[in-house]
Amino acid sequence: MSLRKIFSATVGFAIFIGLWELGTHGNSVGDLPSPWMTLRGLGQVAAQGVLWENIIASVFRVAWGFCLAAAVGIPLGIALGWYPRLRETLNPLVQSLRPISPIAWLPFAVIMFGGHALSSDLSAIFLLFLSAFFPIVTASTSATASLDLKYIRSARNFGVNGLDLFRRVILPAALPQILTGLRLALGISWVVVVAAEMLGVETGLGYQVMDSRNALRMDYVAAAMLVIAVIGLLLDTGMARLESTVLARRGLSRK
Amino acid sequence: MSHTKIAVSGVHKVFETKKGDVSVLDGVELEVREGEFLAVVGPSGCGKSTLLNCMAGFERVSTGSIRIDGEEVVHPSPKRVFVFQEPGILPWFSVWDNIGFGLGKMSFEAKHEIVMRFIRLVGLEGFEKAFPSELSGGMKQRVEFARALAVEPDVLYLDEPFGALDALTRLEMRAEILRIWRETKKTCILVTHDVEEAVELADRVAVMTRRPATIHSILENPLPRPRDASHPEFRDLKERIFDILGVRRPESPSAT
Repeated sequence: MSLRKIFSATVGFAIFIGLWELGTHGNSVGDLPSPWMTLRGLGQVAAQGVLWENIIASVFRVAWGFCLAAAVGIPLGIALGWYPRLRETLNPLVQSLRPISPIAWLPFAVIMFGGHALSSDLSAIFLLFLSAFFPIVTASTSATASLDLKYIRSARNFGVNGLDLFRRVILPAALPQILTGLRLALGISWVVVVAAEMLGVETGLGYQVMDSRNALRMDYVAAAMLVIAVIGLLLDTGMARLESTVLARRGLSRK
Repeated sequence: MSHTKIAVSGVHKVFETKKGDVSVLDGVELEVREGEFLAVVGPSGCGKSTLLNCMAGFERVSTGSIRIDGEEVVHPSPKRVFVFQEPGILPWFSVWDNIGFGLGKMSFEAKHEIVMRFIRLVGLEGFEKAFPSELSGGMKQRVEFARALAVEPDVLYLDEPFGALDALTRLEMRAEILRIWRETKKTCILVTHDVEEAVELADRVAVMTRRPATIHSILENPLPRPRDASHPEFRDLKERIFDILGVRRPESPSAT
């Protein structure tokens, strides 16, 4: 990042923190917390150790939901993209389920996974799976359906078929768009995890938000939000790196 | 005279579209001789590429037949390789992997030997590990040629192969394809809208009509190679093709 960009970003943050301070100056911990109170709260929850447990719990759930969604969504999406009849059959269904917020599934998730020793984890993971699944399927479908005919034709011309065609042509050709879908999916999952942890679980950053609210410690709520922002940013940066590494190898680096 | 390699007879091609059927090829008759360089020219959108796609087996003809060595063309085959306008080489593979793309399963040594032979043929030594994104347009086209030639096809289909190149590179690649054609003795069919390119390269030039297209006429081009575009016979042949195509050209300046 250039010095100028760092400077501009710092100005943006400074203005935000300044306005925040102005609006919350002199508040108590049960009210909207000031920036300083948030930092102090962050130090306290970090020192208590629960913060780390909550971070690990949230990341763990997102990782499971995301990986399962990728494991099911990428193959399914590629199949939908490749076989027009399958796409005509299943894509309208997928697109109709997609607008339903994963949170709406929570009551069903509780029924489906209730009674199980890991029921709270499982229902949260199920919601995260749903939140990541639809962007991944959609991206994989459209990536495969819009493959450059030229690549397919030249592969057929050289007698490259079946698994070889998939491995050497279809997958690499679809990969950039699939990666974009994965990045989007991970972002959505991270947003959803907080909501998914507000009910029925007793760990995670979402739980920390609710628990702090119940204890009327708004500084802890804001501290949790700060942590959510930082981790979300890290996850997105990681995915963006992965994306640009793959693209750079093909000289397709994105500006 | 060498024997007929490809026989196109009575080929009709109709595409079904939302607005009804569109007839693109309307009884194309064409014989391509073994080892010859044939160019097909015609107005844009006349169905030249469709004809080539049918000859390659990417599209099926509606009626009529296309036979290569007496055998009906029903699907693509490595015995006849298509060279695309925008190179169809794969951006995720190195030059080496691209040229070896059609070689199938064989030992690394055997593959390496073939790949290197064709890398030398197209003059890309030292670029084995480069990715297409690191190459110029002309170099990508060379990779595409090398990849096509590496599978030892009998026939090369060239669909406006120089269309995406700049003018200078285009001239260079024309000379290059002639050299490759002479060294490898493949039957080459070039589809182009560039009449000068057709006259410079081909033994015979087939001129197509507007859609639904037929072959209007086939002109022999006996000029020795390398051909000089300012030679009166070269220009004369060009004029005849333009006349058939119905292109009105401004009075050409008197011969120099």
